[in-house]
Amino acid sequence: MRRVLVAEDSVSARAFVRAVLEGPEFASRSGGCEVLEASSGFDAMRLLPRGPYDLIITDINMTDINGLELIRFIRKSAHHATTPLLVISTLRGEQDVERGLALGANGYLGKPFTPEQLREACERLMGDRERARASGPPAGRP
Amino acid sequence: MARPLAGHSAMLEGGGGREGADKARDEFFSEAQELIDVLGRDLLVLDEALKKGQFDAESINDVFRGVHTLKGLAGLFGATRMAGLSHQLEDALDDLRLGRIELTAAVLDLLFKAVSLYTRLLTAEKGGLAEPAQEVEELLSALGQVSARRAGATAGTVAQYDLDPGLFGVLTEYEEHRLRTTIQQGLQLYRIRVRFSLATIDSALDELKAAVRPHGEIITYLPTGSGTDAETIDLEILMASAEASEGLREAIQGPNVSIEEVPRRSSSSARPSLLAPRPAEAPVPKEFGAPPVQSASPGGDRARPTFLGIAPQSAAAGASSMGLSRAAAPRAAGPGEISLRSITQTVRVDIRKLDRLMTIVGELAIVKTAIAKLSERARTRAIGPRELALELQRLNRTFDRHLAQMQGGILEVRMVPLGQAFDKLARIVRQISREHAKEVRLVVTGAETEIDKLIVEELSDPLMHMIRNAIDHGIESGEDRLRVGKPPIGTIALNAFQKANHVVIEVEDDGAGMDPAALAAEAVRRGVVSADEAKAMTSRDVVALVFMPGFTTKQVATDLSGRGVGLDVVKTNISKLGGVVDITSEIGIGTKMTITLPITLAIINVLLVEIGARLFAIPLANVDEAIALDETQVRAIESREVLTVRGASLPIARLERLFGMQRLQVGSRRAFVVIAQVADRRLGLVVDELVGQRDIVIKPLGKSLSGTRGFAGATELGDQRVALVIDVAALIEEVLASAETRRLAQIESDESSRRYPALRRA
Repeated sequence: MRRVLVAEDSVSARAFVRAVLEGPEFASRSGGCEVLEASSGFDAMRLLPRGPYDLIITDINMTDINGLELIRFIRKSAHHATTPLLVISTLRGEQDVERGLALGANGYLGKPFTPEQLREACERLMGDRERARASGPPAGRP
Repeated sequence: MARPLAGHSAMLEGGGGREGADKARDEFFSEAQELIDVLGRDLLVLDEALKKGQFDAESINDVFRGVHTLKGLAGLFGATRMAGLSHQLEDALDDLRLGRIELTAAVLDLLFKAVSLYTRLLTAEKGGLAEPAQEVEELLSALGQVSARRAGATAGTVAQYDLDPGLFGVLTEYEEHRLRTTIQQGLQLYRIRVRFSLATIDSALDELKAAVRPHGEIITYLPTGSGTDAETIDLEILMASAEASEGLREAIQGPNVSIEEVPRRSSSSARPSLLAPRPAEAPVPKEFGAPPVQSASPGGDRARPTFLGIAPQSAAAGASSMGLSRAAAPRAAGPGEISLRSITQTVRVDIRKLDRLMTIVGELAIVKTAIAKLSERARTRAIGPRELALELQRLNRTFDRHLAQMQGGILEVRMVPLGQAFDKLARIVRQISREHAKEVRLVVTGAETEIDKLIVEELSDPLMHMIRNAIDHGIESGEDRLRVGKPPIGTIALNAFQKANHVVIEVEDDGAGMDPAALAAEAVRRGVVSADEAKAMTSRDVVALVFMPGFTTKQVATDLSGRGVGLDVVKTNISKLGGVVDITSEIGIGTKMTITLPITLAIINVLLVEIGARLFAIPLANVDEAIALDETQVRAIESREVLTVRGASLPIARLERLFGMQRLQVGSRRAFVVIAQVADRRLGLVVDELVGQRDIVIKPLGKSLSGTRGFAGATELGDQRVALVIDVAALIEEVLASAETRRLAQIESDESSRRYPALRRA
């Protein structure tokens, strides 16, 4: 069972992600998935030590600790330096995307997105990681 | 409004994932409704600040964030028009919070308008009404004009501060704007380093915020540290303040808190790249923050990180939907009529309340185990009958106690402050008085009074109509008020308080009041009452005529009260909640309408009585006392029976006769009078026998009997008997209504069984 951490301050957006990733479609294609919900940046900080996670999904516009700050923190921490990280945000400008990726996100999904887009993004990011694991120590690790 | 579901929703539902999708959709409606409510509240705060000539940056940002979240949700769940409105609104709000356009009363009007449109769009999305497409278009074009007036953005310089260049990579545009603004205001930047324990972070953070607020503004929170420690979080907080560091250190103290000034650097060393108005346009320095992009990709087998789904078409055309069902239309108002009722019935509950309930469930489980053991011992004859009886009694007492706790706990969960309904009313007052060029102040007391969530929801609309009525018919124009020596600004007071088992809500205006003579004449002209009847009425009864169907107090109905809803509907709606509404008015002084409501509809305490060998339940909240009937004290006054109780006369109703039931032996049997009271009206109900008190759950009578008056519902008593629950308010109404009085005495049994068909079938 793979574990996904979702940091997002909207309860229904979290429910959307959970419905997609814990749904039968995703399970039949990519195996079962367990979604852990964090309702804020702080909440995510609290859940991070309870990792490891196979994927972290974060929103950008959250109060207090925003998603970008969270990404930077995650990438600096030894535990999660290589965990695949997907941004979901309504900020969809090229600069916004560049910024997220430059901080270390591996994927960027503009809101709104369809269940299928989310499934594909998650499959790809988790698939990459597993393929890398299967072929020995990851080449990309610093 | 049948829009086909977006294609992918079928994919989500196809494999049996409906449950998750439904849950997500429900969450959408409830979260969107909550966001809209909060928006309305924030706008009122902004309005207040604006009246004092202040600009409330924090509230503007709250509004922006609310709309932003709504936009995201609407897009995700396929509410296209709502997403479109949010998008435009977000742009305008962004301009507002970034100081590019000025906040004026006219702009606020548009924002208030948006809140009411949101509610209608959400209702439409749920399947209630047609989307207010035209109005959304109008608002969008008005917003467009506002945005067009924006001034050029002022680019400040942040470079004078020795800030971590990576900082700009992680600030949102707004945080960055606040950083610039505070620097432009000449404030000093400070770095607060703090270590929080994860267990207590929420309260610790709130404390810190509260400590900082009087002294400055927090720009952002940056988590530091390794992220491997499950116990603590290290934070660096960037703060702007006009105060010196010594004072701040004094004010913001704590065991793991340190404050340092962010030093200014000499101008020559300022990095030119940071002078750009939007740092995101400058490349994020590679040496900071993340490892280089390519190696960050897990596995490192792809040169570019994945970049997904930012296709421009996904904004509107491809807007997703989780299969928003159009079923279950809410009891919506008619076309063109605004309803304040929330479309969701969700209650957010403090988790501690649920914890307490869970503890009680645990206790009940222990009782259950004890019963199982006991029955096993009884089965094997391991226990004597006397001991068994004792044990059962003991268990019964424990069970009773826990059940009472459970009931109390669940009721507590259902309770919400009336303020939830009042907030929306403040918005309505502002809107109507602005439309109407009357100045009106709303004064609210007792917003914290708690009442059942279901009642709060049902109250919104009646209260709105009462307030509309007060502004439209009660409050005079500014000149008229000055002429009679009143302050030019009218006042509507909304008072709520608890009175025994009831909640009382008063809507009181200091307007022109009502003239009973004019009202009576109008009522006769409209055929609501006959001239003779009008003559016989007290002035109080006359004023109460405004609650009769088809009655308007003014010759000219304005566009406000002309929306088809009269006070009769208010009265009907309040009665449905088991409440009553009363009105008093004095010419020149004002009008007061008083709503009296039960606190909850869920579980009620009743007095069981026997009438004609059948059981009936009378809500104890309406029972004053019960006395033995002394037939010698009964007198007939104008064909109405009146009983003298301790010197005062009390109208009585013989329920057996009123309900058209078969009379048992008359004469020798003793009888009782249950003195029932609703608001300040009393009526004695003559019954055969008092059976006892009971906690009951009322069940509705069902569709075929829904038209039956006089009964609130039925209840099961647990011993396979059923009792009808008397609707005391309706009964008093029925018996005491002056027009009905004369007929009352002559009620034939066939007529009454037509009016109370429940009895024939019961």
